[in-house]
Amino acid sequence: MIRTVLVANRGEIARRVFRACRLLGLGTVAVYSDADRESPHVRDADRAVAIGPPPARASYLDAERILAAARETGADAIHPGYGFLSENWAFADACRRAGIVFIGPSPEAIRRMGDKTEARRLMAAAGVPVVPGSPETLADVATAERVARDIGYPVLLKAAAGGGGIGMARVDEPAGTAAAFAAARRRAEAAFGRGDLYVEKYLERPRHIEIQVFGDTAGTVLHLHERECSIQRRHQKLVEESPAPNLPPAVKEGLTRAAVAGARAIEYVNAGTLEFLVDAAGGFYFLEMNTRLQVEHPVTEEATGLDLVVEQLRVAAGEPLGWRQEAIVQRRAAIECRVYAEDPAKNFLPSPGTLTRLELPAGEAIRIESGVEAGSAVPVHYDPLLFKLVVSGRTRGEAVARLADALERCVVEGVKTTIPLLRRVVAHAEFVAGRVHTQMVEQGAFND
Amino acid sequence: MTEEIKAHITGVVFQIPTKPGDRVAAGDAVIVLESMKMEIPVEAPRAGAVKEIRVKEGQTVQEGETVAILE
Repeated sequence: MIRTVLVANRGEIARRVFRACRLLGLGTVAVYSDADRESPHVRDADRAVAIGPPPARASYLDAERILAAARETGADAIHPGYGFLSENWAFADACRRAGIVFIGPSPEAIRRMGDKTEARRLMAAAGVPVVPGSPETLADVATAERVARDIGYPVLLKAAAGGGGIGMARVDEPAGTAAAFAAARRRAEAAFGRGDLYVEKYLERPRHIEIQVFGDTAGTVLHLHERECSIQRRHQKLVEESPAPNLPPAVKEGLTRAAVAGARAIEYVNAGTLEFLVDAAGGFYFLEMNTRLQVEHPVTEEATGLDLVVEQLRVAAGEPLGWRQEAIVQRRAAIECRVYAEDPAKNFLPSPGTLTRLELPAGEAIRIESGVEAGSAVPVHYDPLLFKLVVSGRTRGEAVARLADALERCVVEGVKTTIPLLRRVVAHAEFVAGRVHTQMVEQGAFND
Repeated sequence: MTEEIKAHITGVVFQIPTKPGDRVAAGDAVIVLESMKMEIPVEAPRAGAVKEIRVKEGQTVQEGETVAILE
């Protein structure tokens, strides 16, 4: 039983969760830093609690402050959103010890999937294909060189504690390994406090395809099909869609089967996503599991007609999943664009400032998930996501046409945004044809 | 000849990898800003010696603000 939900987040995702709470008649509590006093998410909730100064580590990452806010307001559950504390197993554990429901998986599942080498080992043991690479953390440069020679250059060095592309380095030949190893270790230490690295084979022009899974406390694990998320910059997604175009049925079948087997192997509860790289030959390899709600979850909601956040709340309250696998069908084609306060003309340099003008499209099959409004300040302290534009259609072609038109009608002034790039993406012949891969943005396919 | 090194973006000073007297090459990070979860180096426009650092870690700087002096 849950009565009141505190959302330990800000921006569009806090507003999204509050909406689901209202549908179920649950009370809502917002938390906010001093930079977010005037933010829409604060007004959306029944109550709001100030949790500290603007830097995230003094507010949205301060577990003690957030738990205190829950106690003070009588909130009996916390939804972490994405980012911030959402994949922090110690926070999930602290909630449990405080008698507060953490709306997400168990601390154990978060911890095991959060360590990327442990996650690969567990998934491989469950029969999920993984990218060829080191089975565990690399002891030193010599080990890195030996493993890289075995699997063949080019390779990627990655941080074991990492995510979001931080501490990642591509190495093309043996001579470059030592320098890249030292640099990647430094970056990983600075970002995560832990310099452990592992090595993976670098795949040429792979697609990024992920499977949405959902488990309940009775042990049922289902999938909600795939999302294609290949249009990325700096390993961060810009455009996502479901169904994935031109995905052979046999590959899709393999992906969903592997994802469900992987989630079952760790007794996964609540919403999660297994990310895969898919190469041109149809080989697929597990990348990592995100043990939380994804930014791009609305794509799955629009494609299937199901509400993932409502289901998260129900499952967290101990109810069984209200879905049967056979009844979960992609009925529509859905596409999401992320509008970030970044300048695509300057290599996606952040563009903080104040939104002097904001006009958003509306109409049939157009969904906006926004954390901002005209007049909002876009602070330097947080992720630069302004809003998500999600459209759907009976066919992919209809969805693409609707998206192109909706992007034309977005007006954002005061900060630079990714909109000009997104317009070029949806007009690009390869995107229209559904032939995308993860290196297109960096290779300049959508340059002005 | 001295030259002002200016922040090309608004952000918070994340790290200061140099100190007065350090020799830097063109393109070296003199300070590192953090903005919207990204680390963004403010680079030396040319080779020289750092004469002065005008900011502290944790300080917010505006785009165009002088963060260091190069000579």
